[in-house]
Amino acid sequence: MANTFTKFITNFFKNLFGKKKLVKLGIYGPINAGKTTLCNTICKDWLGEELGTVSKIPHETREIQMKEKVKIKSDSQEIDFNIIDTPGIATKIDYEDFLKFKLSEKEAKKRAKEATKGVIEAIKWLDNVDAVLVVLDATENPYSQVNITIVGNLAARNIPVLIVGNKTDLKRANTKRIQNAFPQYPVIGISAETGKNMKEFYEELFKVVR
Amino acid sequence: MLTLQFVPYGEIKSLTSVGRIRKLLNLAKENKIVLLEGRLAKEEEAELIKTTMEEINKNFRGIELAVVNTNLDNGDPFSKLKSSFVSALLGDKQGFTIIGPAKVIKSIKRDPHKLQILMKDAQGSRRKR
Repeated sequence: MANTFTKFITNFFKNLFGKKKLVKLGIYGPINAGKTTLCNTICKDWLGEELGTVSKIPHETREIQMKEKVKIKSDSQEIDFNIIDTPGIATKIDYEDFLKFKLSEKEAKKRAKEATKGVIEAIKWLDNVDAVLVVLDATENPYSQVNITIVGNLAARNIPVLIVGNKTDLKRANTKRIQNAFPQYPVIGISAETGKNMKEFYEELFKVVR
Repeated sequence: MLTLQFVPYGEIKSLTSVGRIRKLLNLAKENKIVLLEGRLAKEEEAELIKTTMEEINKNFRGIELAVVNTNLDNGDPFSKLKSSFVSALLGDKQGFTIIGPAKVIKSIKRDPHKLQILMKDAQGSRRKR
């Protein structure tokens, strides 16, 4: 409660004296939902360069990656963002799962070890973000416990959230199912890979961080 | 043998967050499936995932976590009121939390009959006694 009040007062005076807004935007979600693809699309749109590599092998992003001062414009507004791409949150990591992707046992074990550290870092970073995009794969069942835990945690910390249903270019995608799972939050369906609905995404983002 | 351990809310109520997580994780590391009455606080759930990650090794590959929630809040003002009322009465005692070792759950997922076999085995050995 006191935290919310302090944030309100800080924001009020920042706006009053016209200080330029800088938003630390965390990108969270389960593994292989397209978090880094979305980061790359945002960075390409506004900086002309990508942030990280993407892969079909789970836990490709195993460290926090950050792009500072990404200036995003929507209508007449302009906001600077520090974009923080986080490793996918998981409750289990089994190196044997990586062997299916033709990694050697040594590589798989190394990847698993780095992935566990990545999840820990991602959870620690929840204390450092101003707003969060929760990226979900719109072709998957949204009622997974990891999704519920992430969203519940953000709500408990009073962090503004925009839920992004990614991969809407795929036939099985169902944004409505995500809206039904999280009726308290704004949900936007996009395809980070093809750029579908990105204009609407930026408009929604501005509504959330305003 | 598969063990399903029921943990009543009263057993964790007086523990600190660290104590609760330790208790549940220790049970999961003993290859037990834990059925907890109620749920952990939202921050404790995240802390449970974090602690699980810290303890992953060649024998322990993590957990499967599911909260069977009875949260009535679906966004509209009436359900919010209803949910707050039930929360005020029951606190974190609502619903159930199931925590299981990932390796055990994986083998049950691969062969769901295994759960039945394990349960029958357990019944059989009890009868023999």
